[in-house]
Amino acid sequence: MKKLVKLLRENARLSNDELAVMLGITEKEVAEKIAQLEKDGTIIGYSAIINEEEFDKNCVTAFIELKVSPQVQCGYDDIAAMIAQHPEVDSVYLMSGAFDLSVTVRGTNLREVALFVSDRLAPIDGVLSTTTHFILRRYKEKGVHFENSYADERSLVSP
Amino acid sequence: MNYDNILSDRVQGIKFSGIRKFFDIAATMDNIISLSVGEPDFKTPFAIRRTAIHTLEKGKTTYTSNAGLDTLREAINDYLTERIHCSYDPKHEILVTVGGSEAIDAAIRALVNFGDEVLVPEPSFVCYAPMVQLTGGVAVPIETKVEDKFKLTAKQLLEKITPKTKALILPFPNNPTGAVMRREDLEEIAAVLRDKDIIVISDEIYSELTYGGVPHVSIAEIDGMKERTIVINGFSKAFAMTGWRLGFAAGPEPILTQMLKIHQYAIMCSPTVSQFAAVTALRECRADVDNMVSEYDMRRKLIVKGFNEMGLECFEPEGAFYVFPCIKSTGMTSQQFCEELIYKKHVAVVPGDAFGESGEGYIRVSYAYSINHINTALKRIKEFLDEIRN
Repeated sequence: MKKLVKLLRENARLSNDELAVMLGITEKEVAEKIAQLEKDGTIIGYSAIINEEEFDKNCVTAFIELKVSPQVQCGYDDIAAMIAQHPEVDSVYLMSGAFDLSVTVRGTNLREVALFVSDRLAPIDGVLSTTTHFILRRYKEKGVHFENSYADERSLVSP
Repeated sequence: MNYDNILSDRVQGIKFSGIRKFFDIAATMDNIISLSVGEPDFKTPFAIRRTAIHTLEKGKTTYTSNAGLDTLREAINDYLTERIHCSYDPKHEILVTVGGSEAIDAAIRALVNFGDEVLVPEPSFVCYAPMVQLTGGVAVPIETKVEDKFKLTAKQLLEKITPKTKALILPFPNNPTGAVMRREDLEEIAAVLRDKDIIVISDEIYSELTYGGVPHVSIAEIDGMKERTIVINGFSKAFAMTGWRLGFAAGPEPILTQMLKIHQYAIMCSPTVSQFAAVTALRECRADVDNMVSEYDMRRKLIVKGFNEMGLECFEPEGAFYVFPCIKSTGMTSQQFCEELIYKKHVAVVPGDAFGESGEGYIRVSYAYSINHINTALKRIKEFLDEIRN
């Protein structure tokens, strides 16, 4: 299972046929294992790894640190769930350290993301403060290197 | 100045490797997808690089003793004891060299007199025959065959042995075929050699990269063979350390003493920083090697299947990181196939005949590349085949 998850994590578009060959099991077994992983919630979805700047030059992504006062009954969960509902939000994590929630927001321009923070996140009851960090350049995304950070420097042909 | 008269006949008598010609073609083109590289795509494990950095920070940049750092030779002995169950005296039976290549060269030079014959199973790495020729010896090729899984057989060996035979090169796991000699295969070879004064130069540079759960066996560990075997290995392939230029030879003291003499005059000592880093490789990086092997194994299975599905029959290699598919069904020579493929589809693979005449009809394809890279290249090769078949 570990190898299968590793391969899918790197490239979810490998066919069951290819996975079967690499893992030395049958295609049917691959299908069953993937079904099991989906069923038990290990695999919760599949997505492409996008070079955002290539896709849309103006697109911006921000990491927003939220300080939050946890609520009596449900701790951080309610606030996190509320934030997660917004389609602009890519990810929400509860963090250790100097702040509580880390929220990733994607927008078509800087202003849109800034307004999202001030209009949607800051006013939520229990949100004490927000700090917004914009991504300036990407070097590696989900294990994939961007060309600016990685090149195959080997010569094309060698004995 | 007539340089032809000035230059040594021996050196003029050897040719540049056939791989070089191909490199020159590839270098003139853009957007090449290469499957031609004979080195790992992994970076050297971080622990090894860190040791090198520390070594430099501490200013340890002097020569080492000719034979190599004591700590490294001890680590090499421990490694060989564990992996091939042969122990050597680190002081007199182990020599640290500039890559496996230098160890091969020194071994050949230490053994070969003018006219001596050295048996070279082919297809194999490109250096053996030229090195033998430079010493005034005669390289005698032995063609390994696909029906024998490209292994050297006792029968083939016996046929080529003459009173002049001085040494046998044993290049397994093999570049370019990926063939591996298992214990039973080596027993047969040992049975032929045990009562003869022939030295085996066992080039085991790919020893860590074997698949199918059966670990590498060295001919040195077969009964009676240690005293007639020079084990050659190095750090390039197993630890992804090609650019560090570090290898070693281990074998009987009388031979190693002579090899040390050659090394002492030609090289002085192997790179000091690399030697310190290599101690870390042997002592701390087993898990890194295992991870790399597991990656190679998955790619190996994928690429073998890819070629077989395209109708290019592909022997299943059990070692190294190459496959050696047969292209005879296309009616082309290896050179034609590779040139057309690079011009039409910008995919670079190496013609099999670069590794000896018996490689004609085959191509060497490296899988030291990411799975995506391999899949893209396979797709293009398939398109190429579809076009030439229609």
